Amino acid sequence: VTDDRELDALLDDSAEDLYEHAPCGYLSTTLDGRIVKINQTLLGWLGRTRAEVVDRSRFTDLLTVGGRLYHETHFAPLLRMQDSLSGVALELRTASGGRLPVLVTSVVKKDSAGEPLLIRTTVFDARDRRAYEEELLRARRAAEREQTRVTELARTLQRTLLPPVLPDVPGLSVAAHYHPASADQVGGDFYDVFPLAGDRWGVFVGDVCGKGAAAAAFTSLTRYTLRSAAVYDDDPVVVLRNLNSVLHQERRDPRFCTVVFGILTPAPHGGCTVTLASGGHPPALLLGADGSASYQHTAGGQLLGMLPSVRIATTTVHMTKGDTLLLYTDGLTEARVDASRTRLGEDALLDFAQAHAPTTADKLIADLTRLLSTLRVEDDVAALSIST
Amino acid sequence: VDVVSRYNVVVTGPADAPVVVLAHGFGCDQNLWRLVVPRLARDYRVVLFDHVGAGRSDVAAWSADRYSSLGSYADDVLTLVRELDLHEVTLVGHSVSASIAVLAVAEDSSRFAKLVLLTPSPCFLDDGDYHGGFSVADIEELLESLDSNYLGWSATMAPVIMGNPDRPELGDELTNTFCRMDPEIARVFARATFLSDNRADLAQVTVPTLVVQTAEDAIAPREVGEFVRDQIPGSELVTLDAVGHCPQLSAPEPTAAVIACFVGP
Repeated sequence: VTDDRELDALLDDSAEDLYEHAPCGYLSTTLDGRIVKINQTLLGWLGRTRAEVVDRSRFTDLLTVGGRLYHETHFAPLLRMQDSLSGVALELRTASGGRLPVLVTSVVKKDSAGEPLLIRTTVFDARDRRAYEEELLRARRAAEREQTRVTELARTLQRTLLPPVLPDVPGLSVAAHYHPASADQVGGDFYDVFPLAGDRWGVFVGDVCGKGAAAAAFTSLTRYTLRSAAVYDDDPVVVLRNLNSVLHQERRDPRFCTVVFGILTPAPHGGCTVTLASGGHPPALLLGADGSASYQHTAGGQLLGMLPSVRIATTTVHMTKGDTLLLYTDGLTEARVDASRTRLGEDALLDFAQAHAPTTADKLIADLTRLLSTLRVEDDVAALSIST
Repeated sequence: VDVVSRYNVVVTGPADAPVVVLAHGFGCDQNLWRLVVPRLARDYRVVLFDHVGAGRSDVAAWSADRYSSLGSYADDVLTLVRELDLHEVTLVGHSVSASIAVLAVAEDSSRFAKLVLLTPSPCFLDDGDYHGGFSVADIEELLESLDSNYLGWSATMAPVIMGNPDRPELGDELTNTFCRMDPEIARVFARATFLSDNRADLAQVTVPTLVVQTAEDAIAPREVGEFVRDQIPGSELVTLDAVGHCPQLSAPEPTAAVIACFVGP
């Protein structure tokens, strides 16, 4: 009983004492920021007397200049709009010229009619907390710098896998687009157009499985092998068989890829003949000058790099004036068209082609780029178009 | 992306009434105008928007390169009035948007009838006899303040804040739902805002201009308002009996009233 009474006595004087000596700072300000009430704890932190502060200072006078700017541009407008604000980090200036990091929470007190009367603010000493947060901030900044570096590295690496500019092919227009699925991982899609003996040109689009540095190294090997093989013997089937042998012997990082390789031979009276060979790659699309569109099937070709010898599928396309050929990777047809996760698919791509035929290489690639921006692309997409 | 979604354009008020475009300043978004809009929308076609990077604008349109100078924000304002095909516009710019408005009108005044500069400061830095109120060190301190409040921002909340709420339940967790801004964007906007000097552009303004300031403003001192009035030929200065840098919040009725009085019927 005695203990309870002593406890009551201890708590009895509380209201005033609790306000004045609470373990946090309290202050009340009028709506224009004038300090009308402040507790002893906060005065102690500031090193000031009540007479110096009450009715003579505004809340912003207690802040550093930067803090004052932050208060006027962020804190005050927000408080007006939502009537409360919590955990804002500011610094107080003390009488001795020091700075005290604090966390500030404010609420607007209203009368019964809902008219704002007063702003009540609590102030917490945040010295330890701020030191810890600064560490966190430093770590986050370091992580962000690292992220930027990785993204830059991936972008640089990606650039080395694609021709910086496409060559001018006499009598033909060529355009290409690369859509990376990820900013910080180099993808495995590739394409190229390059001159061969006579007035023939080689062209390829391919897709190495996987992503990242190892896939990039494999992509680089694939690309240079294709170019060298084509110089040696430009029969598209032989080119892909040679590529398959080289990739199959690559023991350090066994991977596979799909490639469509073509030889462009200009026809004597305009137009051009394209001999295509495919190792497991999606079919090319021909958009005719007459507004038609059709797949140029190369079914039955096998993935390259997996087996010692492979089956290669071929087809020949005769392009006349106004025809446009599209080579692409499966990132395009596998892109999601909506949140229900439906894939674009070959049928919808054919519809798209029919809607845009007849066209030119530049226009088709521009339209395709726009289409990609509306899709949820999960894998890299490479697309290359040739028009006569 | 069309201008309506790029700048999160919100239009209210009678379709055939005179057009008033309200441009928000640094630190917030179009929400800042919420208390004056009901009054203005009675008589005017009120056009609200968010600067790129602020509010629910299209963040994808933002780049540090482009938005490190106020000229790009001014270009956006011109694009907006052109694309929305607005004519005889009264452009109201608050704080840094007063400078942005001056740049826009100086560039191409053809679609603007009048200009209202609310608590403007063409230069926040002190320079010889000119008292902008701040030093470069003060501005660095502001950037520190932005950083200190950086931890309140997190990537998981960004989609909610940026208006792509894939996870609407996160919205409830936000205490400060207005005026959130990616800290990276805030830093760039803060630099553009507080380190620009647009004093020389004021004389280029050729449309009737009203300068509105408050009796006590910790950011734009009264002598700055007078400076702006003196530099813009034929402009008027009104000093509201209000305190703070955002009179549209601290004194919405008088603020709306002076704007309406200036725009006229």
